[in-house]
Amino acid sequence: MPDKKIVEARNVVKQFMGERVLDDVTISIDLGDKIAMMGPNGAGKTTFVRSMLGFYHIDSGKIQIEGLDPIKSRTKVLKEISFIPQLPPPVKLNVAELLEYVERSSDTPSSRIAEEAKAMDLDIDAQMQKPFFKLSGGMKQKLLIAIALARKSKLFVFDEPTANLDPKAREHFYKLLSGIDYPHSTIFITHRIEEVEGLANRKIYMDLGKVVEDERL
Amino acid sequence: MKNLGLVAYLDIKESLRAKWFYVYAFVFGGLMGLFFISGITDSVVMGFTGLSRLLLVFIQVTIIILPIFILTTTVKSIAGDRESNVLEYMLSFPISLKEYYWGKFIGRFVTVFFPVVIALFIGVAWGLYKGGNQMPWAMITLYSMLIFSICVVFLGIAFFISTLVKSHDVAIGLSFAVWIVLLAFIDVALIGLMMQNRISDDLIITIAMLNPIETFRIGAIALFDPELTVIGPVAYYLLDSLGHSLLIVYAVLYPVILGMLFAFFGYNAFKKRDLL
Ligand SMILES: Nc1ncnc2c1ncn2[C@@H]1O[C@H](COP(=O)(O)OP(=O)(O)OP(=O)(O)O)[C@@H](O)[C@H]1O
Ligand SMILES: [Mg+2]
Repeated sequence: MPDKKIVEARNVVKQFMGERVLDDVTISIDLGDKIAMMGPNGAGKTTFVRSMLGFYHIDSGKIQIEGLDPIKSRTKVLKEISFIPQLPPPVKLNVAELLEYVERSSDTPSSRIAEEAKAMDLDIDAQMQKPFFKLSGGMKQKLLIAIALARKSKLFVFDEPTANLDPKAREHFYKLLSGIDYPHSTIFITHRIEEVEGLANRKIYMDLGKVVEDERL
Repeated sequence: MKNLGLVAYLDIKESLRAKWFYVYAFVFGGLMGLFFISGITDSVVMGFTGLSRLLLVFIQVTIIILPIFILTTTVKSIAGDRESNVLEYMLSFPISLKEYYWGKFIGRFVTVFFPVVIALFIGVAWGLYKGGNQMPWAMITLYSMLIFSICVVFLGIAFFISTLVKSHDVAIGLSFAVWIVLLAFIDVALIGLMMQNRISDDLIITIAMLNPIETFRIGAIALFDPELTVIGPVAYYLLDSLGHSLLIVYAVLYPVILGMLFAFFGYNAFKKRDLL
């Protein structure tokens, strides 16, 4: 079977106030790629994944997700992507409402989210009425992970998702990730390569808005 | 479009738990309570009696405080969502920008409109209980419509500011500026300008006509004081050139149109520019 392309980013340039935060970035991702994306603070990693999700209008170059433009075909593209942001957002909706939002916008049954959460030792039934931002840091992270996994997306984008997890929870998370039983790709932004050892089959290193290293592991 | 309702509904639920909403509802409810206690309904001043007078005072206070409430709370929540990356997360789900933006708009509208109108109705109920005279239907209808249009115009401006200005502080500052400028150009200031005689009357009338706060005041008073003597000469000129019913229609429709224009400009900026 020929590799199926999920992401095609070619010569992407994104400037903020005259500064080239993405400077001619070319990355192509096939189905099955498990990427550890690394690089110093301010390298442009978050900006790159945000551009993939259609949050930024890039200045030049091209980004396509399964052949579609992430801005013009926003909803189609986002159906295929699960995203966990760098910091848990202080969402004021309570857990039940957040799950309703996910369920109805992304056709993801809440029961599936609850199952994934349980696999990470988080009992969300007990938390339903709590506003999301009042959960503990680790609980937030677990819930975000549970939502991401339950969506059964083709592409997972994790922007340093394990920062708040205790070692045991981290183990659970890795187990769940490696247990995904259908073809998918992952972009895992991290500062510690040993974190994703065994999970990643490719490493991309960015610095100053450029891809300086891209190798298979 | 199924997500439009979802976004609106969740926004309303979120607002119903927010502190600003309680302050907001408390201020308008409290205002009514204050009027009851102070016995405004029993006094006879300037020819208005009882219930009518109560409603008139309520609407006059409303026009001063409603805009700043709508502007600051809306700008704060939208710019705040962007700054705290809530927007980033919520928009990482397959939901169209159209549904998100207009869903938020509708949700916000419901939460700012109903507390004020409910306070108005409580006032009417109380007035009827005390005075027992006739239900002032014309007044209730007109005031509900005026509150509707003032909510639309300031929500439109608030959405416009918060999509255009990325920083939360700047957006709040700008909201205050808009409010102060509009307040400065209600009749009192305009009379001052007129008396200076250096500015043409037409210009002053135009400024008055473009200011939604002024059109609101004129619309609210036109109902009782067909001559509009209490507001001042600008209103009087307007009445003279437009006629009574046209003036009221204008006072209701103009803010709605203006607000929707701002909301659409805001939506355009939301779609065309970086979301974060
Ligand atoms: N919305 C924005 N407006 C202006 N500048 C921005 C914006 N987002 C990011 N930047 C700038 O772009 C550069 C790259 O930021 P980015 O968040 O992509 O880095 P990163 O690689 O994710 O870093 P970290 O490891 O610290 O998360 C930084 O210099 C940052 O200040
Ligand atoms: Mg980052």
